[in-house]
Amino acid sequence: MTTIFLYVLIYLALVLFVVGCVIRAVQYARMPVHLRWELYPVPHEEARRVEHGGSYFEDVDWWEKPTHFNLAGEIRFMVPEMLFLKGLWEFNRKLWSRSFPFHFGLYLLIGSAALLVAATLVSLVLPASIAGPLATACLGLGKVVGLAGAILVILGSLGLLRSRLTDDDMKNYTTPGDIFNLLFFTVTCTLLLAGYVFSGQQFPGMLAFTRGLLTFSSSVQVPGVLAAGMICAALLVAYIPYTHMSHFIAKYFTYHSVRWDDRVNVRGGELAKKLAEYLTYRPTWSAPHIGADGVKTWADVATANPALEKKQ
Amino acid sequence: MSGSKRAHISDASREERQPLLHLETEDLMPLPPPLNDPTKAPAFKPLSAQIVEKYECLLDDTCVVNVPKPKTKAEEEELIRKFLAGLEKLFQTENNWTFLQPLVLTMEHCAKCQTCSEACHIFEASGRQEIYRPTYRSEIMRRLYFKYVKHGGLISLWQRGDIKLNWPLIARLIELSYRCNLCRRCAQTCPIGADNGLVAHELRKLFSQEMGIAAKEIHATGSMLQLKVGSSTGMNPEVVKDNVEFIDEDTSEKTGIKVETPWDVEGADVLLIHNAGEFLAWPENPGAFALILNAAGIKWTLSSEVVAYDSINYGLWYDDAQFARVALKHAQAAKKLKVKKIVLGECGHAHKALSVIADRLLLDDLNIPRESSMTLLREIVMSGRLKLDPSRNDFPVTLHDPCNLVRLMGVVQPQRDVLRKICPQFREMEPHGVNNYCCGGGSGFAIMQGNNFPDWRFNVAGRKKLEQILNAFADSLGPSTPKYLCAPCSNCKGQLRDLIVYYNLWEKEKLLYGGLVELIVNAMTEAKPGFIDWEWH
Repeated sequence: MTTIFLYVLIYLALVLFVVGCVIRAVQYARMPVHLRWELYPVPHEEARRVEHGGSYFEDVDWWEKPTHFNLAGEIRFMVPEMLFLKGLWEFNRKLWSRSFPFHFGLYLLIGSAALLVAATLVSLVLPASIAGPLATACLGLGKVVGLAGAILVILGSLGLLRSRLTDDDMKNYTTPGDIFNLLFFTVTCTLLLAGYVFSGQQFPGMLAFTRGLLTFSSSVQVPGVLAAGMICAALLVAYIPYTHMSHFIAKYFTYHSVRWDDRVNVRGGELAKKLAEYLTYRPTWSAPHIGADGVKTWADVATANPALEKKQ
Repeated sequence: MSGSKRAHISDASREERQPLLHLETEDLMPLPPPLNDPTKAPAFKPLSAQIVEKYECLLDDTCVVNVPKPKTKAEEEELIRKFLAGLEKLFQTENNWTFLQPLVLTMEHCAKCQTCSEACHIFEASGRQEIYRPTYRSEIMRRLYFKYVKHGGLISLWQRGDIKLNWPLIARLIELSYRCNLCRRCAQTCPIGADNGLVAHELRKLFSQEMGIAAKEIHATGSMLQLKVGSSTGMNPEVVKDNVEFIDEDTSEKTGIKVETPWDVEGADVLLIHNAGEFLAWPENPGAFALILNAAGIKWTLSSEVVAYDSINYGLWYDDAQFARVALKHAQAAKKLKVKKIVLGECGHAHKALSVIADRLLLDDLNIPRESSMTLLREIVMSGRLKLDPSRNDFPVTLHDPCNLVRLMGVVQPQRDVLRKICPQFREMEPHGVNNYCCGGGSGFAIMQGNNFPDWRFNVAGRKKLEQILNAFADSLGPSTPKYLCAPCSNCKGQLRDLIVYYNLWEKEKLLYGGLVELIVNAMTEAKPGFIDWEWH
């Protein structure tokens, strides 16, 4: 019964995670295209410009030149940023020493879970002669990666917790929620780690558990501490998208839709159509010089001249 | 220092009508030689008793917006009601489609890691005063957002933190929104991509667009005057034409080359728009432009249409409606003259305003190509159309990068290519390019002269730039070596001029400042030598 409860909780958490992420991503994606607000360097500029942070505005008659999208430049920026938090390394080394293990540990835990699922699927789908070695390899790697991940998350979250509580620059901005969030990670990973390491002989192993999870088999008994870790992990997974910790979603938009959005508004283009629609919106700002009354559109407001109206 | 270096977020709501911070010179970041003796630093004038009596000056030692004190409790409550209405509108698509997405992302995802603080010249130069930390105002705004816009309950308060909304908080936020240069160096370093500069920008918009509150230099005598007579300098088309005629004569006399500025030439290739401040404060700059463009054989013109002879667009710093109005006037003038492109003179914010930000406002036949003068000048210089003698510029030269031109628009290399070609002693400041520091005059500060705000501007906002300039010339200190600080931006030049005067650096260091075109003309062999005359004007 406990095991089935765990399975349900894990699936529910995954569903809530996906739903939360999708809602958040859709909410941001559906917001109107804003005025340009890019920040240089923009890594998808031509390679010759990326190093000094230049843009296509550096060319005479730039609108007559072919447009470039330097995907390799973006990838060269994004991979070290996502995997190693390169920006933090450059601008805040002290925090990086705490934040990097935390985030990289999370990646390792996700990787470990993926290896576990892969090992299980292999053992379920392929003939035993092929599946055996492959599943064993995935499982072995998954264990190492998972253990390393949990340790890194614990170290990182404790380090971040210390910063939040003792660093003069940070504690003024720390809320009870921030402390709770870090403790949540620490406790979850500690329970998972301790529960796994001390799971004892009666626990048939993670492969059996994952097989049970995929087949809804209740025969696997999960030791108490490990079960507590899994419950915490499920709750944490479900909780993240509904907090500011979902910045992994936000970051896509802050980079691709804001910092790097240097798309040109071409006459008659898709962007121009959207912008034309926005100019029909009816603002209600109250300051007299705006002249908005909820009826006038942005186009009306922009073509009015409050300085002359005042004179009249 | 009295006041609190470690002001808490809740201090912003303190009911006592006292500033949160008082700065002493010794609190500030030390400066390099010859300004390394804090006892010889110019005194920071206190606010007058009348100003303190009349206006809400509750933040620090200065006051820039001059918000009158409410006379009654009912008046205070009305201001709070308006503030809340404006706060809500900032997060509504119909009212703020222009910046909604980046604002919401910043509100919802700042990790409060303080990485941005280390990038902020104001925070650093002030001696790390808490109220100037980029996240201080953002955190107040964030807590207000979750409490009053998202209507978060107890869990939200526990997650996001609480804030007490009262009139002193709003009065402090008004001033605090004018303690940021909007240079967005902080945003550049944010690991998540949150933008605290944007928060200051949006707060200014809220105060202007909903409450009608803005610094008078950028609104009443700024964008409103520009829309009324054509320029925030107060010059109408006739006056500006007269001035340019005088500039042409002066430039012709100085260089020995006949200079004539064309006006309203239909079908010209280039409509050049200067910051009109140049005509009054730095006439050699438009004069040099005219000489160079004529010598290069460019078919160009100025426009005498109201607004179109002044590229400034102060709305960029505080008000979307004012911004759009001025940008439209610029584009309409170009359309009327049927020019091929608009070229922006040496004005950083005008560059960004018309080339970048207005790109998503100018539709159909108003979407006329806009280009930086830096790129055009590079092409002219590199093409060999002008005969240039770099030895005429054989003195130490460094380049100030205007934030709007560089970090916010990506025009980095052209001005450097020109300087490397014509200035043998060109040296970079550190850091430079897209990692530059603001001059301290950005977002309108350079034109804000009220009360004792200039003291704050020179002691705090401009301090980091001053350090950079002195370090760039560390090998040639002293008045015996003339030095040239090239700042291709009117707003920056205004700030740098005032900084040089404040710290007496013309006398002490023979430090001159100016634009890029002046250096080009100074190197032109066809012109009489000495276009840069090494006199303080």
